[in-house]
Amino acid sequence: MKYVVEIEGLSKEYETGFLKKKRNLALDALDLNVKGGQIFGFLGGNGAGKTTTIKILMGLIFPTAGTASVLGKDVANVKMHSQIGYCPESPYFYDYLTANELMDYFGRLFGLDAAARKEKTDALLTEVGIAEKDRRRQLRKFSKGMLQRVGIAQSLINDPELVFFDEPMSGLDPVGRRDIRDLIANLRAKGVSVFMSTHILSDIEALCDEVAILRGGRLAASGKLSELLAKDDAGRALIVEVQGVNADAIRGSVEFISGATIEATPDGANIQILDESDLDAVLDLIRKNSGRLTRVEPAKLSLEELFVRDTTL
Amino acid sequence: MPNQNSFSTIYAVARNAFREAVRDRVLYNLIVFVLLLTAAAIFLGELTAGQEARVVTDLGLSASLIFGVFIAIFVGVSLVWKEIEKRTVYSIFAKPVSRTNFILGKYLGFCVTLLVNTAVMGIGITLALVYVGGGKFIAGVWPAIFLIFLEMTIITAVAIIFSSFSTPALSALLTFFVFVIGHFSSSLRDLAQSMGSEAALVFFNVVYYLLPNFSNFSVISNAAIGQHPPASMLGFATVYAIVYDIILLTITTIIFKRRNFK
Repeated sequence: MKYVVEIEGLSKEYETGFLKKKRNLALDALDLNVKGGQIFGFLGGNGAGKTTTIKILMGLIFPTAGTASVLGKDVANVKMHSQIGYCPESPYFYDYLTANELMDYFGRLFGLDAAARKEKTDALLTEVGIAEKDRRRQLRKFSKGMLQRVGIAQSLINDPELVFFDEPMSGLDPVGRRDIRDLIANLRAKGVSVFMSTHILSDIEALCDEVAILRGGRLAASGKLSELLAKDDAGRALIVEVQGVNADAIRGSVEFISGATIEATPDGANIQILDESDLDAVLDLIRKNSGRLTRVEPAKLSLEELFVRDTTL
Repeated sequence: MPNQNSFSTIYAVARNAFREAVRDRVLYNLIVFVLLLTAAAIFLGELTAGQEARVVTDLGLSASLIFGVFIAIFVGVSLVWKEIEKRTVYSIFAKPVSRTNFILGKYLGFCVTLLVNTAVMGIGITLALVYVGGGKFIAGVWPAIFLIFLEMTIITAVAIIFSSFSTPALSALLTFFVFVIGHFSSSLRDLAQSMGSEAALVFFNVVYYLLPNFSNFSVISNAAIGQHPPASMLGFATVYAIVYDIILLTITTIIFKRRNFK
């Protein structure tokens, strides 16, 4: 199996305070391998260590312990950066440059010739939706969403094999989010691997093949999203959606079924049972109370529940 | 096909540093300089009968030095600091750019700005001398302009080294001290020798050898009387500035390479 990111025992400790030094462990012996050709979601609450990890991978900060490599090269190797792209969270660029000039400058840093720089600049700024007239305006006049789009465009100027996006949807309106989501999905279709850190769970569900969840600088969970969501239900718990009944009126009868719970909804109730063998008892109860069965489905952990469970201590 | 190497990286960073200085209106000081020089050529000449060329040369070169020092200190200290503070380094170091090449690019780009600045000032002084009929002074002006430029390159390197571990305000203050002490270090050493104090002599010897000796670049008073420095002095000053710049940039790079960008 070819991994595009390999992290072993990675730790980062910060010292804060002047006279009385305090130690803050931002990453705690993190182990993580990311397969190529997929969109990898990197999740975690604020301060979980996501940005610290990405900064170590980008060579912006140095680990206190452990090793990390990207595309088989140690992160300290500057040549590794020729094959990757990176869009930081809330990207900051030279505000005295225009979007065209910024792309040209970054193209030069990758050694692209003038024709390639022009071609890539035009194609990428079009792809992220920066209008032609805006490309000649200084970036200081750009909105947050436009800067985010330029940030994504610049991260692709070298046709990278692997792209790191730190909160790529930050500052974007719904249309912008959809555009960037499509762009990221297209990258995967072209064979580009994507390592994406985000708080927006719907984007994770829509895009990511695998995820890792960080908590307190440690790996709380990792794997295919579908497997992580299915892990806790053991495949036997069911949700029964019923309309036309009063949840409070039947609560006592429901709770008589072992492990069953009931939750009121605007039209009726959702009843959760732990074993499908209890379904008959629930259906009898619905009939007796003149309710209408609208849906029966396996009970799954939602991504939000998974996120909350794995990111809080 | 990408052709990425250290030279192309340094060139790209330097090109952007020059563009930054131009767009941040660093070269606007030239307008004030030209106004000052024009006023000097027209009005001061009348007050200093027969000494117009001397006054224009002295005033023009002194103004070049003061303006240059001001820019080298205040722009120099923010050259790298601004990149860290505005987090533009995040995008730069995620690309195949080593920290050494980045520092060199920023430094050289700013040196080109200083070169353009001092060269335009030199042209201004030359034109003013032609206007007041002091053509023979021109031969002394250009070596002095060149030495002022070399002095600026050292001051910029000092500003960058301080700003790599300190705040811009403190860096500017420390760089200004280095500028002042650097102009008087040989005089201070002579003073210590005449005092006969062993401790003072050791101290001022350390200062003399550690800090840049800017008296190597001071020829303004000679230029003002129509003299120009010998080639050997220009050669020594050039080598001195290059060696000093290399040492300072090496130290800056060592500090910068170890830095975490939180």
